[in-house]
Amino acid sequence: MQPVATTFFFYFLAAVTVLSGVLVITRRNPVHSALALILALLGQAGLYLMLYAPFVAGVQIILYAGGIMVLFLFVIMLVSIEKSQKEEQFNNMWIVGLLAALALGALFIGVYVKGRDLFAGREVALPEQSNTQQIAILLYGNYMFAFEIASLLLLVAIIGAVVMAKKRI
Amino acid sequence: MADATKNVSHLELGDTDKTFLDSNELIINMGPQHPATHGVLRVILRLDGEKVLGTECVIGYLHRGVEKIAENRTYAMFNPYVDRMDYVAAVSNGLGYCEAVEKLLNLEAPPRANYIRVILTELNRLASHMLWLGTHALDIGAITPLFYTFRDREEILKIFEKYCGARLTTHAFRIGGCLYETYEGFEQDVTKFLKFVTPKIDEYEELLTTNRIWVERTRNVGMLSAKDCIALGVTGPVLRASGVKWDLRKAQPYAAYPDFEFEIPTGQNGDTYDRYLVRMQEMRQSLRIIEQAVGKIPEGPIMAKVPKVIKPPVGEIYHSIEAPKGELGYFIVSDGSTQPYRVRVRPPSFVNLQALEQMVRGQLVADVIAVIGTLDIVLGEVDR
Amino acid sequence: MLDDVTSYLKSDTTPGQAGNFLWAFIYILLIFLGLSVAVIAMNWLERKILAHMQVRLGPMRVGPHGLLQPIADAIKLLIKEDIMPSESDPFVFWTAPLIVVLTAFTVFIVVPFGPTHAVTDMNIGVLFMLGVSSLSVLGVVMAGWASNSHYPLMGALRSSAQMVSYEIAMGLAVISAVLMTSLNQSGTGTLSMIGIVQAQEAQATWFVFKFFPLGLIAFFVFAVAMVAETNRAPFDLPEAESELTAGFHTEYSGFRWSLFFLAEYSAMIAVSSIAVTLWLGGWLHPFPHWLSGETWDLVFSLFPGLTFVFLAGLTFYSVARMPKHPYFRVQTMGLAGFGAVLGLIGLALFAPPVRDRVQDIYWFAAKVAGFMYLYIWYRGTFPRYRFDQLMTVGWKILLPIGLGVLIVTAILGVVL
Repeated sequence: MQPVATTFFFYFLAAVTVLSGVLVITRRNPVHSALALILALLGQAGLYLMLYAPFVAGVQIILYAGGIMVLFLFVIMLVSIEKSQKEEQFNNMWIVGLLAALALGALFIGVYVKGRDLFAGREVALPEQSNTQQIAILLYGNYMFAFEIASLLLLVAIIGAVVMAKKRI
Repeated sequence: MADATKNVSHLELGDTDKTFLDSNELIINMGPQHPATHGVLRVILRLDGEKVLGTECVIGYLHRGVEKIAENRTYAMFNPYVDRMDYVAAVSNGLGYCEAVEKLLNLEAPPRANYIRVILTELNRLASHMLWLGTHALDIGAITPLFYTFRDREEILKIFEKYCGARLTTHAFRIGGCLYETYEGFEQDVTKFLKFVTPKIDEYEELLTTNRIWVERTRNVGMLSAKDCIALGVTGPVLRASGVKWDLRKAQPYAAYPDFEFEIPTGQNGDTYDRYLVRMQEMRQSLRIIEQAVGKIPEGPIMAKVPKVIKPPVGEIYHSIEAPKGELGYFIVSDGSTQPYRVRVRPPSFVNLQALEQMVRGQLVADVIAVIGTLDIVLGEVDR
Repeated sequence: MLDDVTSYLKSDTTPGQAGNFLWAFIYILLIFLGLSVAVIAMNWLERKILAHMQVRLGPMRVGPHGLLQPIADAIKLLIKEDIMPSESDPFVFWTAPLIVVLTAFTVFIVVPFGPTHAVTDMNIGVLFMLGVSSLSVLGVVMAGWASNSHYPLMGALRSSAQMVSYEIAMGLAVISAVLMTSLNQSGTGTLSMIGIVQAQEAQATWFVFKFFPLGLIAFFVFAVAMVAETNRAPFDLPEAESELTAGFHTEYSGFRWSLFFLAEYSAMIAVSSIAVTLWLGGWLHPFPHWLSGETWDLVFSLFPGLTFVFLAGLTFYSVARMPKHPYFRVQTMGLAGFGAVLGLIGLALFAPPVRDRVQDIYWFAAKVAGFMYLYIWYRGTFPRYRFDQLMTVGWKILLPIGLGVLIVTAILGVVL
């Protein structure tokens, strides 16, 4: 099936993502921020879909929007809203933050300008049907070791979290 | 919410300046408008997440001043009022009051009256336990037993209606005996009911006793040791489930109870599951008593010789009976006039309710509901 | 235009894959209508079935046998005052029910009612369904938080913990079913909903019977987890009536409350559809390989019509049993009319061109209906779990079982 109105959807999704990203850092109410973050993540999932990466999009929705963000909200809901709204929103590290943002922006622009040369002739046309299988082959074939290392890292994080929380029980 | 409860509650929120890792303590007002507080009980809960850190009962929403009313009524006129305390076991209330006044008057109800009293009181115990079972199961989330028990309780209420015209607040007994002779076919009705209800009790047990979820929800929930029970003055099935074999029907026999053979079911752990089992067994024992009573009900008068104007001698009396919910006692002070000087009721629900705090501390919110259900309180009796 | 309509009828893919927007739109509309009717029917059926389990009659007043009760309820809900707590967060309060309804309906895009009867077939179909239905918890959490009230907040906390926990067990069970698809001729598995049913057709077995008893255990894990996912008894803690009054939607009323109601029932249908697709052969009729051949095909294709005719017969039996009193005349006539409509639908379903098209949908719907009955049955039978026990069941029982099944299935898949 031929994609329809690709340009429109790209700009639409990009606008949603960027706008909700801005909302995340400007809302005073943390719950509103979290909801905006979810919207940003959903926009990103849409962009993945446009890049013929449906599996990544699905995982993005399940893990980030459906799982992690729910836990985020879970914690935020228990925080006293009145208190958090009175707290100062931006801290003194804004110079560092600005520098980091500028550096990242420069990187993006650099890649955008030079990108055509860097990735010349390597335009990957992924066939839509086998995206999931290709990811599986890469993850469980070529990069098996890295994948397992990553899962071990997560295991360490889980155990660490349990140890930290267990103290109170 | 914290402000709203401040004036009435000794519960206070913990330190307010905690780190972000500490969870917030929460004060929740459960009741007086809440589907599972059996009327208008209000429980203020201090919670850490789902865990109960402390409770406070606020009662009195149904206070009608029954004891004070008694001081302005003659002995006979006060009789219907006691029905309104524990309205699901009105017959027991009436029995306790009538026997207390009879004791004060040095009267003895005739044997036939005593048998009628036993039959009706035990039927009422069944009705009360059925209502308890239905609502308790409903609180724990099993909605079906409620309809089964109400279906079968209806048969008991029909017998009451045929006997004295009322279904709930029966005013079945009078001081000195019974006003009404049994109606034509009373014995047959009761026997038929016994045959009808025995398999029904098995049916309830089939739904619940071995149900995994039911057992998990009730076992080791709301534990109360025998020592605590005695210290708190808890009586009735709650006490017996903790392993204390104390039943006033055996310990201080009244009415016609010495004539019957029955057992006192007891539990071991004193948890909600044991209380459930004890009450289920009690229903079976009640059936046994009724069966014996109907079998050997004597002929004779149903009313003792009671003076037209009841004027007990100066003195005081305490008489208690085993109501479905526990020891129901009446303390009556007479100044020799036609009206009692003071009536004090020892309501089982009120006394049992004070065990709530101890039973739920450290447990979960869902257990509070289960414990309120298992205590089998009636707010009409708690508040009087 | 007309070409578009007719040309697709002979096509053998879903409208989404064929790029036929008109038909995709028609399918969406049909599914939406069908779902609404199904929810209305479920409302009536649940009350009736539950009532008969509980020795009572259920709705009897509005229309014959209470048939119009759901409609009366809907009207009542729509004209009811819509109350919003004064201290609530208006925007979040408004959007929460919308999110719940949106997610509950969106999942039906990939539900395969037949080899071509789906809006579209994605190659991540199962993942899409799980992902979108996992978003519905957001709406629940938002509703609970925005009400700015303690009981809804506790309901929201419970539901978020519950749904996130049970999603894991559910996912593991789903993965074992997906692994089973990889044993077809091509050697690679698929996540596509249609592909999964086709794999069951190719392997000549429903996955519930595959690697007996592995498929059965995975199905069992899923069947338990899906009840928890939809917040139904015995896992209805987020809306535990006797504890939290009504849980996360305590402060909702009128139309917005009815949206939650709608979402709950369509979510039930959605998860049941997943179960049917993954384990019970989707649109395939029972024993597709033992009972094949022209005679059996004819017999099975008659089922939809027979069901409706049977229902019509039941209705006419009730008509005959209606009290013969002038007061009931209108009701009797209404019931007879209803029976006549059912009978006409049944007769129409006997026509060869219709019955071939409808057969797949019928078998799918029949299996889903079985699950719906189970839901009602659970509600009539079980007490409610406590929160810690719910977590125990999810993490200590279902999760290890799911993992075990997954590992053994993978090993068997390699060995065989």
